[in-house]
Amino acid sequence: MPRWRIPMEHPTSPKGEYFQRDRTMHPPALTPHYKTSVTRSHKNALLSLQNSLSEITGPVFGHNELGALDNDLIRNYAHGGDPIGERIIVHGRVLDEAGRPQPNALLEFWQANAGGRYRHKKDTYLAPIDPNFGGCGRTLSDENGYYMFRTIKPGPYPWRNFVNNWRPAHIHFSIFGPAFAQRLITQMYFEGDPLIWSCPIVRGIPDDDAIRQLIAPLDLNASIPIDTLAYKFDIVLRGRRSTMFENRLEGN
Amino acid sequence: MVQPLDYLRETASQTAGPYVHIGLIPKQAGFDIFENQLGDTMLTPETKGERITIKGHVFDSTGTPLRDVLLEIWQANADGRYNHPDDTQGKPLDETFRGWGRTGSHFETGLYTFKTIKPGAVRGRHTHTMAPHINVWIVARGINIGLNTRMYFSDETEANAKDPVLNLIELEKRRETLIAQRSERDGEVIYTFDIHLQGDNETVFLDI
Repeated sequence: MPRWRIPMEHPTSPKGEYFQRDRTMHPPALTPHYKTSVTRSHKNALLSLQNSLSEITGPVFGHNELGALDNDLIRNYAHGGDPIGERIIVHGRVLDEAGRPQPNALLEFWQANAGGRYRHKKDTYLAPIDPNFGGCGRTLSDENGYYMFRTIKPGPYPWRNFVNNWRPAHIHFSIFGPAFAQRLITQMYFEGDPLIWSCPIVRGIPDDDAIRQLIAPLDLNASIPIDTLAYKFDIVLRGRRSTMFENRLEGN
Repeated sequence: MVQPLDYLRETASQTAGPYVHIGLIPKQAGFDIFENQLGDTMLTPETKGERITIKGHVFDSTGTPLRDVLLEIWQANADGRYNHPDDTQGKPLDETFRGWGRTGSHFETGLYTFKTIKPGAVRGRHTHTMAPHINVWIVARGINIGLNTRMYFSDETEANAKDPVLNLIELEKRRETLIAQRSERDGEVIYTFDIHLQGDNETVFLDI
């Protein structure tokens, strides 16, 4: 038998279509100050589709697919020691736009080490690799949509865009809600980082409130004294209508 | 004043960046960390259906293949049923087939590959039946928000002609950008599906 199973239906989960994505708030495809977007952005308009079964369904993941240390970046690549850097907890909830918790959401995250160096064949930045830090993890949200992981706060790093561009400290997030239509990749930034507002990737988002929603506040209530600081990052996926009127997906 | 509409707002998208592999395909980034790499293998020997290989490149506006692109596919099983509790068609479930796969294009050639099965037709809206198709999602450096598209099959001409989504595309010529071309080599069934992000053959992307 496979290691994943369709979970029991959530008793209050709505059964309708998903709210349309507000594309005036997301970054558009073409944001010329982020130079790579120039040749990688579509010129034609997107074709709008009303949801069918192809969009309201999506892959389902199970706890037994993940390893015990998958959400602990301080331990999951330790080779005889702890990674160097600021020990932090990142935690929060996955909700939808109607405020409903999204249980069983798969979150995957990746980041540079404390010096801003990625463990990736293609990263040649001169800051050193940390032998005890891999930089990736994953977890499933619980029945209340809650998730948490432990890591080292990543450092900023330079990138070849303008001559002197530096990414703010950030953690990449990939999230699966129950529907493929909710699929999302984003980046979390840290409260108070002065690099946030000069970053062309951040500023591709046309709406300052939407940018603020990507900035995780320091959360002393969740920090562990004499051990680990904490940041809180809630994630909102597309909401879903409770009822369908005409145009039922069910057919007739 | 009216009452506030107190919906939350969706978290904004950001590019997956050039190092997306670290989080989603760590083996390709160059290190071994997870026991179970998600999305790597779509099939078991018991999975029902015609084995197919999907291959292609994702091109930028200069015709250069993206060598750092990540693709995910989501599809129904051979009977046209999604492995998901909201699929209410009453068709048989194949427990050995999740229907989801993930791959990165090759760092030198930009070629991507999926080994899967050909999906059955799925019910669409109203009384329509959709032609067999695979839902595709693409992220990469330079792509600010994941791109959705669909892959249809060149040997399903009749079903494609009646497909409610293909028929929404006003310019008939652009429908062809969603049709993967079938070929066979040494008994292997290959569908070639090239994706053009921008330019003359720009693929139709969807706002789902």
